[in-house]
Amino acid sequence: MSTRPPYNTADARPVSPILEPGHTYASVTDKISAIVLTRPTSLGWVAGFALTFTLVMVLTVSVAWLVAKGVGIWGINIPVGWGFAIVNFVWWIGIGHAGTLISAILFLLNQQWRTSINRFAEAMTLFAVACAGLFPLIHTGRPWMAYYMFPYPSTMYLWPQFRSPLIWDVFAVSTYGTVSLLFWGVGLIPDLATLRDRAVTKPKQIIYGMLAMGWRGSARHWHRYQSAYLLLAGLATPLVLSVHTVVSFDFSIAIVPGWHTTIFPPYFVAGAIYSGFAMVLTIAIPLRKAYDLEDFITMRHLENMAKVMLATGLIVAYGYYFEWFMSVYSGNKFDLYLTKMRFHGPYSHFYYALILCNILTPQLLWFRKVRTNIPALFIMSLIINTGMWLERFVIVVISLTRDFMPSAWGRYSATFWDYATFVGTLGLFTMLLFLFVRVLPAISIAEMRELVRHTSGEHE
Amino acid sequence: MAQIFHRSTNFISKVSVFFGALLAALALGGVMGLARAPYLTNQNVTREQPIQFSHKHHVGDDGIDCRYCHTGVETSATAGIPPTKTCMNCHSVLFNNAGYLEPVRESYRTDKAIEWVRVHRLADYVYFNHSIHVNKGVGCSSCHGQVNQMPLMFQASPLLMQWCLDCHRNPEAVLRPRDQVFNMDWKAPSNQAEIGKRLAAEYKIPSVDQLQSCSTCHR
Repeated sequence: MSTRPPYNTADARPVSPILEPGHTYASVTDKISAIVLTRPTSLGWVAGFALTFTLVMVLTVSVAWLVAKGVGIWGINIPVGWGFAIVNFVWWIGIGHAGTLISAILFLLNQQWRTSINRFAEAMTLFAVACAGLFPLIHTGRPWMAYYMFPYPSTMYLWPQFRSPLIWDVFAVSTYGTVSLLFWGVGLIPDLATLRDRAVTKPKQIIYGMLAMGWRGSARHWHRYQSAYLLLAGLATPLVLSVHTVVSFDFSIAIVPGWHTTIFPPYFVAGAIYSGFAMVLTIAIPLRKAYDLEDFITMRHLENMAKVMLATGLIVAYGYYFEWFMSVYSGNKFDLYLTKMRFHGPYSHFYYALILCNILTPQLLWFRKVRTNIPALFIMSLIINTGMWLERFVIVVISLTRDFMPSAWGRYSATFWDYATFVGTLGLFTMLLFLFVRVLPAISIAEMRELVRHTSGEHE
Repeated sequence: MAQIFHRSTNFISKVSVFFGALLAALALGGVMGLARAPYLTNQNVTREQPIQFSHKHHVGDDGIDCRYCHTGVETSATAGIPPTKTCMNCHSVLFNNAGYLEPVRESYRTDKAIEWVRVHRLADYVYFNHSIHVNKGVGCSSCHGQVNQMPLMFQASPLLMQWCLDCHRNPEAVLRPRDQVFNMDWKAPSNQAEIGKRLAAEYKIPSVDQLQSCSTCHR
């Protein structure tokens, strides 16, 4: 029996490590905790925070105006009652999915490269879910009545309509938010204890101390922590698939042409992971640059994420192809007409832009040169996120404006307040990320220490 | 390094988990209870009226029929508040010098209605019709309570939607023969289940599906 590998190892291209060599337990801990505790607040952070905070004020004003005037300030009307609110909801909730995939599924699959990106990806998930949840809430027009959607013992003897996918959404998204928060919170405990022990001022010690919940790092603590983390990972794993499946039901349960297809759940999930990884890249690239984390978030991470984007992008392309194929193959005149409207209708430029962003651009990721070119990856991640937003716009708007009867056809255009609300949530999302990197460790210190142990053999 | 927290924090933090859950449960239960409480539903709350009119005296002691004053109850949506003239039918001769009836006589003289304070107020988005209930064998006292025993009027029922639906989902339990509708002392007989079923068929009460359909009451 030969032990020789089937290829000449000298020819194999070198794989960049998931942790640059030379790091010790101490150096990893120092470097990550310093971002929170000792590093002075940079001018760039202040400027970025100020800008995003301004956008949050834009959001506050938009929502306040919405509450004062009603949803009429948006461009929605019959036949397009969904508009930007639902487009943005689906877009944001999709972005969250990468965080859960990285933290739960890649954890269960023992993918070590997840270690240095899971913490901020999970934070991204939480912030994206917060932005996503806002939209259906304010889209109801009376957000203070939103508790009607939960099954509580009301004085009206009424339950929510359990046959409606919109109610499934409430459960799917609130479960997702809760489990993501728990998973993130549990994962943070050992790191919070590290911060508590390294903090020098009393208030910081007390705050981190309370959040660390008495963590002492004993063997028993670690044992319980790891079982809890594993269980939560198991709990979060089905959510990666279920949440966007339920979101896709919002559309596919309806009989509207272009919505009523069985391909929606898998292609929505793939699209969610696609856009989520694009967003992780959008965050990771500036983050590693600004805080000198190139040793931890290496080329290997960026390349792996690029590969995931390529794979999910191809699934999404397959989904688009089958939407087209099924309408042609079925010969259903309403479906056929909708497909025609996608290519030649009043919103066709959105559809062509979508194909350019989501199908053609990511094909460049086949080339290693592109996958390892950081500016190219950054631009591509922005293009893919734009493309995924366009996808939801195409699904919501084109279908609703071209229903079965010509008398029900219409047009949709967003108003100033639609844009202001959307830009406002972008600001909220980014502002929360800015706060997050300054008050919590953006990379898991405890897991990085483990990685030091695992990889130290690799480079000896 | 000095400890950040005192030893007792261990105990406090464990207990706080329990009290956190308890507090959440109490808050939720409190809100649910408050929504049903007379504080918000006004159930059993007597109102100050311009004249302390006693239904107990007029209905219970004198035996005046409901319809003598509430003339619209069999034919229209509202039962109707009687005009002062109805009072004066009797009070022009009975207690016609009583001081506390002066507002009635004044209203009669000046032709200005007495401003009674409304006791039963349904939400504006509820379409309610007295005549259909009365004509289909729902008695006054089923909703308004035993008015013949009320010295001052109060709302005997909570008027919550769940209270409406209690009956709309099971109308047989309260259906009366037509001659018993205005009987304040009617009690369901022991064979009400059987009578109710027969009366429901006789009155052609629609199916429960139709009775609890949204648009039956919200039009």
